[in-house]
Amino acid sequence: MIERAPRPELEYLSENNEDVENIEIGVLLEAVFQRYGFDFRHYAYASLKRRIRHCVHTEKLRSVSALQEKLLYQPAAMERFLLVLSINVTALFRDAGFYRAFREKIVPRLRTYPFIRIWHAGCSSGEEVYSLAILLQEEGLYERVRLYATDMNEVILARARDGIYPLDRMKTYGQNYLRAGGKRTLSDYYTTQYGRAMFDSSLKKNIVWSQHNLVTDGSFNEFHVILCRNVLIYFDQVLQERVHQLLYESLINFGMLGLGQMESVRFSPFEACYQTWDSTEKWYSKVC
Amino acid sequence: MVQQSLLTASRFIGIGASLGGTAALQVLLPTLPPELPAAVALVFHRARGPETTLVDFLRKYCRLPIEETQDKTPIRPGRLYFAPADYHLLVEGDHFALSTEEPVSFARPSIDVLFESAAETYGANAAGVILSGAGHDGAAGIAAIKRHGGLALVQLPASAESSHMPDAAIATGMVDKVLPVDEIVAFLAKWQPK
Repeated sequence: MIERAPRPELEYLSENNEDVENIEIGVLLEAVFQRYGFDFRHYAYASLKRRIRHCVHTEKLRSVSALQEKLLYQPAAMERFLLVLSINVTALFRDAGFYRAFREKIVPRLRTYPFIRIWHAGCSSGEEVYSLAILLQEEGLYERVRLYATDMNEVILARARDGIYPLDRMKTYGQNYLRAGGKRTLSDYYTTQYGRAMFDSSLKKNIVWSQHNLVTDGSFNEFHVILCRNVLIYFDQVLQERVHQLLYESLINFGMLGLGQMESVRFSPFEACYQTWDSTEKWYSKVC
Repeated sequence: MVQQSLLTASRFIGIGASLGGTAALQVLLPTLPPELPAAVALVFHRARGPETTLVDFLRKYCRLPIEETQDKTPIRPGRLYFAPADYHLLVEGDHFALSTEEPVSFARPSIDVLFESAAETYGANAAGVILSGAGHDGAAGIAAIKRHGGLALVQLPASAESSHMPDAAIATGMVDKVLPVDEIVAFLAKWQPK
């Protein structure tokens, strides 16, 4: 947990130039899109604004306009900006019930397929990809699976590919694993060195890591299962609709979609195309 | 679409509670009238776990319909919304948004995050209430509400089980009224936004 940073908005913002700030943010997002191709123009605004202000503060700047200049001229600053804008909060077997539901309600369906393609969209630093790989190994399905793990951020994706995590988190992760219906102990799947846990290469061999941006890139295959968790919450309704369309088009008929705990297909135009498979754990099956 | 906008809450009341907040809420919630013309949103710091305990508690003491706030839940008047455990709750135009970004003031959900976003959307039509709690979450948020012309209320620290949060809010100097819990809703009922 991080102590609250001093609030930059108190330093440079009086109430009437918040309008100016909104203009600056619009221009910044346009500039970032044109310069780097990352499109944040339809991100959910309230939280995006918080993170932009956070960046202004950590870059020791006075305004969003100053941040814009820095981002345009310094790709290294853009890299830091991307890290702040992509929320990388994740854990092994995060929301254990979600993985338990996968094991109990989705694995039986997957057994009927000779070959299984899974897409984890927005996989962040990979913890949940390894969770899925472990689960699939335990269910004897791993050899039939190709697991596509994508994120928009190359830096984070490189971490995911390494599969090396701080050892002190493994205790909590081990508990999550058991609550998720794990059949062994989590430590069977990693080796430790220098206070770090490195996941086995046997888990990695059928994982394809790739940079993919849900906002600007299209569908690249048809999948039996798509996981897209706590990604859509950062998008506004316009963008959510577009991404829902992309997910829908990327699923085979009767393919399964797994969302974050507080997300649903409810406020999307594709609601009628899915059957709710587990309403608590947010698993949906494409039915038309 | 016109009907939709009529259903959108024109006023917003945020409530922040932490340690000792249960006792305060037991007094405050029953006084909320069901025909309230405002949407009410609660951030209650708690450990992650089954939400049924909180929902049961809220149902027991609150006459307003209770809604667990999912992503993009529309903001309607006369309802009590609560921030899900481990997510920040934000006001985003006519609906709520959620975020899992890092804790603010050691808290997720954070009162500051809700109040600041409510202040920017609702301006003078936002009110904030800080109840009992440890830490200083909510202080920056209540100041933001006041700065945007809204109403900033704080539970009388002497009446709070844990006075840190009310004290921190008062220390910002951006508070309209410090009240015992049983007088807060009566004050809100008389509130006429500028």
